[in-house]
Amino acid sequence: MRPNSNTAVHFFLNHEKKTSLFRLWSNQFLTVLCVLFSLFTLVPLFSLLYLLIKKGLPLLHFSVFTKLPPPPGLHGGGFGNAIVGTITMVGIATLLSAPLGILGAIYISEYAPHSSLTATVRFIAKLLTGIPSIICGAFAFALVVLHTGEFSALAGGVALSILMLPTILLTSEQALIGVPSSYRDASYGLGATPFQTIWCIVLPEALPAMMMGMMLAVARAAGETAPVLFTALFSQQWASSIMEPTASLSVLIYNFSALPYHYQVQMAWTASLVLVAMVTGINILAQLLFRRKFQ
Amino acid sequence: MNQQIKNSTEQVPSEVMSPSSDMETFIKVINFNFFYGKKQTLFNINFAIPTKHVTSFIGPSGSGKSTLLRNFNRMNELLPGVRHEGDIAIDGKSIFDASIEIIALRRRIGMVFQKSNPFPRSIYENVVFPLRIMGRNKRSLLNETVERSLRSVALWDEVKDRLHENALGLSGGQMQRLCIARAISSQPEILLMDEPCSALDPIATAKIEELIVELKKEFTIVIVTHSMQQASRVSDLTAFFNFGKLIEFDHTHRIFTAPIEKQTEDYITGRFG
Ligand SMILES: Nc1ncnc2c1ncn2[C@@H]1O[C@H](COP(=O)(O)OP(=O)(O)OP(=O)(O)O)[C@@H](O)[C@H]1O
Ligand SMILES: [Mg+2]
Repeated sequence: MRPNSNTAVHFFLNHEKKTSLFRLWSNQFLTVLCVLFSLFTLVPLFSLLYLLIKKGLPLLHFSVFTKLPPPPGLHGGGFGNAIVGTITMVGIATLLSAPLGILGAIYISEYAPHSSLTATVRFIAKLLTGIPSIICGAFAFALVVLHTGEFSALAGGVALSILMLPTILLTSEQALIGVPSSYRDASYGLGATPFQTIWCIVLPEALPAMMMGMMLAVARAAGETAPVLFTALFSQQWASSIMEPTASLSVLIYNFSALPYHYQVQMAWTASLVLVAMVTGINILAQLLFRRKFQ
Repeated sequence: MNQQIKNSTEQVPSEVMSPSSDMETFIKVINFNFFYGKKQTLFNINFAIPTKHVTSFIGPSGSGKSTLLRNFNRMNELLPGVRHEGDIAIDGKSIFDASIEIIALRRRIGMVFQKSNPFPRSIYENVVFPLRIMGRNKRSLLNETVERSLRSVALWDEVKDRLHENALGLSGGQMQRLCIARAISSQPEILLMDEPCSALDPIATAKIEELIVELKKEFTIVIVTHSMQQASRVSDLTAFFNFGKLIEFDHTHRIFTAPIEKQTEDYITGRFG
């Protein structure tokens, strides 16, 4: 090697050293920054939880699950009918949207993945996920309430199902796409019919991810106010059928928090705490039941 | 380059290439062209694969070996926009005939893929899957099939105590042998293998090669391979493909010792490109 190329090598090595020091330093700086910012995003979440627990806990008592809401200005009671109402309406919504969403996803991802109908359905589903929930309420109002002449849990369920359908369809489709195509190859290669391939091989693999998507949709629907406000309205009583006005946690919170009575406002906080606990419970359950299986 | 290929297409004789008359033909490919959309990937293929022998397909990447193999059981038809011209006959009958049921065709042909793909179920259920989809669920038949199939891939002794454990817990070589067992459990006539050893170590590969030689007593075997040694060890006949055309088809020893085409010679001696 000639001496001048040697100095070039020297220079290069020195330069390397400097850049690697700089890299080390900037790397650490950025890591600290990232940690700081992610902690920062947790601040609103934890302050919300803190507030909920602080304000909601005083009235949290076993009787709130079993008693009816107190009339404005009076003390005592609970919101048992609202909990039952929320569960009923989310149940109806799931019964309506899950079969439709899952079968639709099977069709678009397995039976006709390349057709133009599939592209259209997928596009519309994506559009629908962005639709404001109040529109779902208005739609279900026109579709059900105007025809039956009554606000009802059924109408609330329909409104929520419209909200859930695109989410379930799209997450189910993703779940099916996530099944390795080598399973399909193996199955078709052995002479299985499309029906056998889909129901015996693909679907069992996709099921955990599908269930998880469905439970996330359920959790979201349980917290919605606008769709049920227009369709199920509210009730002070226990519902005796799904064809009459029905209370829900979200509408109860909406109503009570606007009242000028301290006790009702406090009860709204308690209801909020219960609702958040329910939704979080569903989420955690989904993770526990279905996450492990499809990793 | 492409132009040259096009020109030489016309020179390929359209009569069927068959290296010897004493072998009974089982699969016959006649003036076969294949298209992915507008792109043609197989050009006027003509040859005859004999029954109960091993035929290997060799050739550079992208030369159309897998495409042709996947036409034998019409697996390509799962892809959108594919099209073929010409014909393939198995046992004297066109597989594209309207009276042929695609499911029935695939049940006569076992297929083993490059990457082993056992279902995420028990070893037992993997082997009996082909029987179950035919609605044959009799316990004694299934048990018998499992033992026979696993024995013929030399896997029985290794797994007989854990037949009901998940197949994904097997080693790579065991999984591939399981896939072969699954492919032959309903006793098909043909076994198609697309680079079955490319993900395996030399010992597992040797086991599968032994197996192939053993299995040709019962099945007509077609194997795609990138290993010249493997082709020369296991196959009776070898077909060399290049740019979607069948360049040469002959007895394996002749292909490797005295190839007629310059392209073949260049490829097998590694002077390709
Ligand atoms: N699904 C597909 N869609 C479009 N073109 C394809 C598809 N599969 C293969 N091809 C094309 O067809 C040609 C032949 O491919 P093929 O997979 O048959 O080659 P091969 O000989 O098996 O190659 P390799 O040795 O790499 O497996 C290639 O040009 C490839 O790009
Ligand atoms: Mg290939």
